[in-house]
Amino acid sequence: MATFLGINLFGLFGQLLVGLINGSFYALLSLGLAIIFGLLKIINFAQGAMYMLGAFAAWMALNYLGINYWLALIVVPLAVGAVGILMERLLIRPIAKEDHLYSLLLTFGIALMLQGTFTHVFGSSGMAYAIPEALQGGFKLPFMYLPAYRAWIVVASILVCGVTWWMIEKTRLGAYLRAGTENAQLMQAFGINVPLMVTLTFGFGVGLAGFAGVMAAPVYSVSPDMGSNLLIIVFAIVVIGGMGSIGGAILTGLGMGVVEGLTKYFYPEASSTVIFLVMVIVLLLKPAGLFGKEA
Amino acid sequence: MNTSIFTHSKLNLVLLLLALVAPFVLYPVFLMKVLCFALFACAFNLLLGFAGLLSFGHAVFLGTGGYVTGYLMINTGITPELGILAGTVAAGLIGALYGKLAVRREGIYFAMVTLALAQLAFFFYLQAPFTGGEDGLQGVPRGHLFGVIDLSDNLQMYFFVLAIFLFGFWLIQRTVHSPFGQVLKAIRENEPRAISLGYNVNDYKWVAFIISAALAGLAGSTKTLVFQLASLTDVHWHMSGEVVLMTLVGGMGTLFGPLVGAAAIVTIQNYLSGGELGNYIHIIMGAIFVICVLAFRNGIVGQFRKVLKQNF
Repeated sequence: MATFLGINLFGLFGQLLVGLINGSFYALLSLGLAIIFGLLKIINFAQGAMYMLGAFAAWMALNYLGINYWLALIVVPLAVGAVGILMERLLIRPIAKEDHLYSLLLTFGIALMLQGTFTHVFGSSGMAYAIPEALQGGFKLPFMYLPAYRAWIVVASILVCGVTWWMIEKTRLGAYLRAGTENAQLMQAFGINVPLMVTLTFGFGVGLAGFAGVMAAPVYSVSPDMGSNLLIIVFAIVVIGGMGSIGGAILTGLGMGVVEGLTKYFYPEASSTVIFLVMVIVLLLKPAGLFGKEA
Repeated sequence: MNTSIFTHSKLNLVLLLLALVAPFVLYPVFLMKVLCFALFACAFNLLLGFAGLLSFGHAVFLGTGGYVTGYLMINTGITPELGILAGTVAAGLIGALYGKLAVRREGIYFAMVTLALAQLAFFFYLQAPFTGGEDGLQGVPRGHLFGVIDLSDNLQMYFFVLAIFLFGFWLIQRTVHSPFGQVLKAIRENEPRAISLGYNVNDYKWVAFIISAALAGLAGSTKTLVFQLASLTDVHWHMSGEVVLMTLVGGMGTLFGPLVGAAAIVTIQNYLSGGELGNYIHIIMGAIFVICVLAFRNGIVGQFRKVLKQNF
């Protein structure tokens, strides 16, 4: 067995990989939250439910409509994004001017309803979703065995996060978006349709959660409460990273996944709490978060 | 404060009389459940309604009070009032720790920090050796109050719970109407101005957080004695959501709102869990949330007060 300084490398790299995979999901979800928060100043409590919806949509698409994984990877985020757009237009828009705490409570209520509905229809035990044929098997590396699907998760989500970061930070569309978060009225005066932009941004942020859901379906069991517990971790990650930056959301998400993986290897008892502990430490040292700007 | 009609001593007297007669008409255990949750919601509302702080992790204080009281009642021979006191103090201490951290962030962040901290505690209680894990602490004895009054009798227990509730409610009322409470309201309305007036805003928030946490712990301790059970349900974040819902339904920022909201939600839950609709409980709770936020933001008491104001 490969060991280094008394450390079992197989185990260590295995946990690191698991950490990176979890981190990929954290990054996708906190990125979606950050985008929505940036433009609407809303914490979308339903983000976890949208992730769950994405996983279920992939499962239903396969089992009821025969839509395979690859097609689902495109169709499901669009569909979930459409649900988000409806949600924004019908429910969030009317209270957008109220205290933001109301929108938090509203999205929390939506999350409860969605989770309750899926529990009622599908029961609370999880359902399996097969790994697509092309990604079955894996690679034998000198220090570990790398399943192909897991490698794909990490690569694909880093890619999606990277492209999103590039779009927001480097393109004209992104510049409008960032300007809209600074001063929506001024942007409106320049002839930018801000309400439309808000709606589409919300749809995109929610679509990211749907995308994460499809990616997650083959590795975790598809179950109604898969989103709710993840969401609280993502909230902690958002606090750690600070809401100010898109890149911060991505890096903190991935980083915290790795931290969690390492903890699972060295001190498993703390693995479910380590992210919250990191949050406490960051709050003590830097209340605005690692990448956040002081208000 | 435009609470003239609600703080009216006559109304208080009528409510008190109702509370004294109620256990002879309705099932005392149900009433005790309402009172415990009402105290919990009132404690929560002290933060949200009067300081503008939405804590999304208040279940941790309810649960902590419950676990500490439950553990002491099972493993030591102390009397119930001391057990409850210990639970309350424990919740207050956790509140002091969590509050110190949480008040460093505002608004939505505050909600997220409290939620994440509560989840930290949830995992702790899940793994800790003294909480009974998934099973919780069962068969907690109610004991003899002051070593004399037998609390295993539901009626005597009810009056004990009522006394605790009235004490908590009185304390909250005193806090809200004190100079301290006025500063809290000033912070809620305009924080920068309160800062510029020289108030150390974070300290005020912190003290309010500790009071609220301790009273939530008091509610949890009492609840554990009533049901003779302390379990993970009380620490789960669903419970934190539930107390928000109770306050929202009743009317946040009003003294009686949380009481009315708690009564409404506990009644709905009791009614649903018995019948065929039990499976829909989360959907219905979620729907109530959405409806309240969209159309009914003042809650029952707020709405009632508005109607009174317009017509009388």
